[in-house]
Amino acid sequence: MPTIPTIFDTSEPGRIAGVQTPKAGDLTGLPAEALRVSKPVLPEVSELQTVRHFTKLSQQNFSIDGNFYPLGSCTMKYNPRGAHRAASQPGFLSRHPLTPAFASQGLLKCFWDLQETLKTVTGMEEVSLVPMAGAQGELAGGLMIRAYHEDCGDFDRDEILVPTAAHGTNPATATMCGFKTREIKVAADGDVDIEDLKRLVGPKTAGIMLTNPSTCAVFERRILDIADIVHDAGGLLYYDGANLNAILGKVCPGDMGFDVLHLNLHKTFATPHGGGGPGAGPVAVNSLLQPYLPIPMVGKLNDEYIWLDENYFPLTIGKLSAFMGNAGILIRALAYALMLGREGMVRVAEFATLNANYLAAELSKAGFQLAYPTRRATHEFLITLNREARDLDVRALDFAKRLLDFDMHAPTTYFPLLVPECFLIEPTETETKAVLDEFVCAMSKIREEAQEDSDIVKQAPHNQVVRRLDEVRAARVLDLTWSAD
Amino acid sequence: MSETPQELRYTDTHEWARLDPDGTVCVGISDFAQDALGDVVFIELPETGTEVAAGAEVAVIESVKAASDIYSPISGEVVRVNSDLVEEPDLVNSEPYEGGWIFVVQPLNDDQMADLLTAEQYQEFCESEDHDH
Repeated sequence: MPTIPTIFDTSEPGRIAGVQTPKAGDLTGLPAEALRVSKPVLPEVSELQTVRHFTKLSQQNFSIDGNFYPLGSCTMKYNPRGAHRAASQPGFLSRHPLTPAFASQGLLKCFWDLQETLKTVTGMEEVSLVPMAGAQGELAGGLMIRAYHEDCGDFDRDEILVPTAAHGTNPATATMCGFKTREIKVAADGDVDIEDLKRLVGPKTAGIMLTNPSTCAVFERRILDIADIVHDAGGLLYYDGANLNAILGKVCPGDMGFDVLHLNLHKTFATPHGGGGPGAGPVAVNSLLQPYLPIPMVGKLNDEYIWLDENYFPLTIGKLSAFMGNAGILIRALAYALMLGREGMVRVAEFATLNANYLAAELSKAGFQLAYPTRRATHEFLITLNREARDLDVRALDFAKRLLDFDMHAPTTYFPLLVPECFLIEPTETETKAVLDEFVCAMSKIREEAQEDSDIVKQAPHNQVVRRLDEVRAARVLDLTWSAD
Repeated sequence: MSETPQELRYTDTHEWARLDPDGTVCVGISDFAQDALGDVVFIELPETGTEVAAGAEVAVIESVKAASDIYSPISGEVVRVNSDLVEEPDLVNSEPYEGGWIFVVQPLNDDQMADLLTAEQYQEFCESEDHDH
């Protein structure tokens, strides 16, 4: 596969696509120092060249639009086009963020409705939509926990507990918020080790960060005991909303005893995962943490929607973005929620877990080893390819690469680390039974190939736009910049 | 099958430790550990002069799969670090017990090596971890 040249490499001076060139606006009245004197460096190409360039780039992509994408913990569900269409209306697209609230009532109503929807889904007191990614939502949550303890005059609580299998963002968030991380062991059945929790919890505990279903892809059965233990010690419970898809409309994090949480709208609410963004990670809190929420939020005064700023929330942790987070993503999430309705959300959770349990059962029947065979799958499940690695010298990574040749994206590999040679598989509710059956066939076929000639698997992929990548070089010497010089 | 040299001592967090004739203890990660981590891309080394307690985080190792802490098997002071790993972190993969050593500790007291696992105990520990799944 030849490398696609950058669009600048095909540029020729003077070539122009006249029809597509935007007309220069009226610049009279702008001060001279605000006007640029040199021309920007832009590729000079025809319309057809541009179309071909970007079409070719899109063909390099391996995405949910073309392929099954069971990437565990990432909830790669289909992003309905209707939500995109709704958010692309001119009234949303062309609205300036400084438009006064009285002239933006429709937009503010959308934010209000989404806040109310997420309050119901999470069972929490109040929601702020502003965090612009799950990680920023976590940061907001950590800062609120900190602000709460400090307001209580409790300055010694500088430890956050996380299970060893937690998402990497959890300890990173704790560190960014000035906490130390203490790791709790995970028991052999995948639940948090309660005895280890009791040993670690104490007067230094600021809080605990958990996902439920957990990163071991099982439902944390003793969550109410955990909540009691942590609350009795004066700590707070943080819910990482990464795995909300499994319990959407079924169980509220608020009912499990959580005090604060973030949601990944790009997972549960089907907004685009993008190339790392834009994202949205709204936070929800109970009444203890309500005063500290990041601003702005939308309130309702009489029949009018208003911005709630620091005048309404003087103890706020502050702003996390210049305006209202990634507004366009929030609109998409609202559209998705409205398309589903309350009953639809319940069906999401039911089909997500049904698909995962069906796929787990079929893979197990085909001879693959479930990591927690005694537990029911949630919206995802873990298998370990330890036996295949030992007997056939073909590892999880090799299976993952070979799956690409079967036009399927690999599941999440090697996470959580405590299960060796693992796949974390999340089919999502948007796949048909036929697709799940094809996945089982592909996995069995790859194992057969490994038994006959393991090189086919170990050198995969064979029929993709690239062959196996040098991951060490990609991590150490990645260079994504282009310069005109 | 990963190698576990008999003359070394080990920890249940997969470090190896070697008592050298000058009384210092050289530390690295085991063949089992490097194999589980996969290709190493980066190692954050401690500074020499750092006082470390047994079990304390001393260095960070990052592979294509994960980032993990490396713990000191014994208490003492870090007296040397392997600066070759800055440019060639893959030495940890290719020579975990030789060129891939990570740091050297001057022990606080002498009898700490006896608390660590023998090669045989460590091998058993690795097998039991493997069999949990």
